[in-house]
Amino acid sequence: MTNDAITTQPTYYEEVLRKGYSRRDFVRFVSMMTAFIGLEQSAIGQVTKAMETKQRMPVIWLHFQECTCCSESFIRSSHPIVADILLDKISLDYTETLMAASGTQAEEALKNTMTKYKGKYLLCVEGSVPMGADGVYCMIGGKTSLQILEEASEGAAAIIAWGSCASNGCVQSAKPNPTGATPIHKIIKNKPIIKVPGCPPIGEVMAGVIVHYLTFGRIPELDKLGRPKAFYSKRVHDTCYRRPFYDAGLFVETFDDENAKKGYCLYKVGCKGPSTYNACGVMKWNNGTSYPIQSGHPCIGCSEENFWDNGRLYERGSSFAGFGIESSADTLGKVALGVTGAALLGHAVATNIGKSTFIQEHQEEGKESEKELK
Amino acid sequence: MPNKYLHVHRLRRVYVWELPVRFYHWLNALVILALIVTGFYISDPLALASSKEASATYTMGWFRYIHFAAAYLFFFNFLFRIYWGFVGNKYANWKQFIPTSKRFFKEMWTVFKIDILMLKKNGKQQDHLSVGHNAMAGFIYFLSFLAFLVQCLTGFGLYASMSGWWLPKLFAWVPALLGGDILTRQIHHWSMWFFILFAVIHVYLVFFHDYVEGRGEISSMGGGWKFIEEDVFKNDKHQTPNPEN
Repeated sequence: MTNDAITTQPTYYEEVLRKGYSRRDFVRFVSMMTAFIGLEQSAIGQVTKAMETKQRMPVIWLHFQECTCCSESFIRSSHPIVADILLDKISLDYTETLMAASGTQAEEALKNTMTKYKGKYLLCVEGSVPMGADGVYCMIGGKTSLQILEEASEGAAAIIAWGSCASNGCVQSAKPNPTGATPIHKIIKNKPIIKVPGCPPIGEVMAGVIVHYLTFGRIPELDKLGRPKAFYSKRVHDTCYRRPFYDAGLFVETFDDENAKKGYCLYKVGCKGPSTYNACGVMKWNNGTSYPIQSGHPCIGCSEENFWDNGRLYERGSSFAGFGIESSADTLGKVALGVTGAALLGHAVATNIGKSTFIQEHQEEGKESEKELK
Repeated sequence: MPNKYLHVHRLRRVYVWELPVRFYHWLNALVILALIVTGFYISDPLALASSKEASATYTMGWFRYIHFAAAYLFFFNFLFRIYWGFVGNKYANWKQFIPTSKRFFKEMWTVFKIDILMLKKNGKQQDHLSVGHNAMAGFIYFLSFLAFLVQCLTGFGLYASMSGWWLPKLFAWVPALLGGDILTRQIHHWSMWFFILFAVIHVYLVFFHDYVEGRGEISSMGGGWKFIEEDVFKNDKHQTPNPEN
């Protein structure tokens, strides 16, 4: 799983220097990454050493059914070294979006990397694989996504499933899922897969996952859903700066009310923060500028599976999908309660008719006994 | 008129619901009520107008606290009831709830015909009278235990990530299995309606049985006694839904 054996490549540090960054920039980048991947300060040395001594790791970055927002997020990661070194210089032997080569040249590059670094390259996948209609919905160079994925994963050391598309299908797999969009882990079973969900995932999180893999030569610790624990173990709700308003019971009722101005909790306008595991509240977006909740918009739970089908975005999720018109659980509950009440009323009437003799006997027996007592 | 009767019934006092069963029943009723009320609040909190600083109020916090505290009581009470299904008297035994014989289903069918469709049997308006639960009731309680299980699994599953204790963490696989908290939460919310409908029907049927049978159904969950006609003892008519042993 390590890439120590590759000797023909420059190290990351060499690339950093060649790009004109100072040692200080490099150390700053390393410290930031160490913190992001959840290591203690003493591990900075370890990460630094890895970046100084380990050679460039070949990466194949495939794009299937997706919108490229993951790549966009990654290249906007807060530290320039991320884009310059991890993405631009070091990593990508093949990526449809950012490589210079095209056509047969590009396919050649892909093939070369796959054979030359067999068993050593990191395979990053952005997008879901359409399985419907024999995969014709997404074809590159005459091959279906499924064929490309199966070929590329064959010699991969590990696979990173970037974003919600590759991790859980995202909006393409929304009901009725016309293209049969399928996440990576349902197709490839014999490789370690790191899921980095989010639409898109946070750039620093993506960089952190790669740095972790570079440093330790193995995939980071994953949670039960296959996501790196360092970034996905806390709910957005638990790191939200509006949390005190939630605990106090102070909520925004509509987007233009006084409470919204005061910055109250967005729970009642559908915030999925309490159900969403991500690092938005801590890392934030665009160089730590803000994140949806800070901008006054509820979290839509974009890194959660099925967020597109599990209820409405601007309501607390209690609605049923697939009832034609979406109907809330409480509406159905109230109807069921009404029906039950009517049924019981009917039963009470039926009892008095159907069991009239029986009930009458009891009553007369009771009255008789009452008379006997002086 | 009085001469119409063959005899005035002589009733015998039968200890049906033991103290632990009654205790379980009322604690369960109380915590389920608390869970439903706080659950509704958590799902759709009231619009509060407060001039106080957020740090000085803790309304949502308290509702959630009560919900979680009641959840623990509910959970352990449920566990206790399962235990009592093995050591309690025959009316508390698990065989009253889980069908293991043909007779159980036959009795359910009888109850359905006589108590729901109001059909006569052998020309009589009432035929089968159970001392404890009838088979239909027992089976519905079994379904309600499954609903208890669903609520415990989804509830503690959601709670797992907030807790430092190993017990809730044992349920962390539930949201993982369901693909996340959003769906888990919804299942938790939908299932709650079972409890509301159950409570309504349950209370109605208690009145129904008390009214029709006149054996002290309502008060039985207070003192534990039901008053059973001597004929039942003499003719050995009484049956539990599943055969004994």
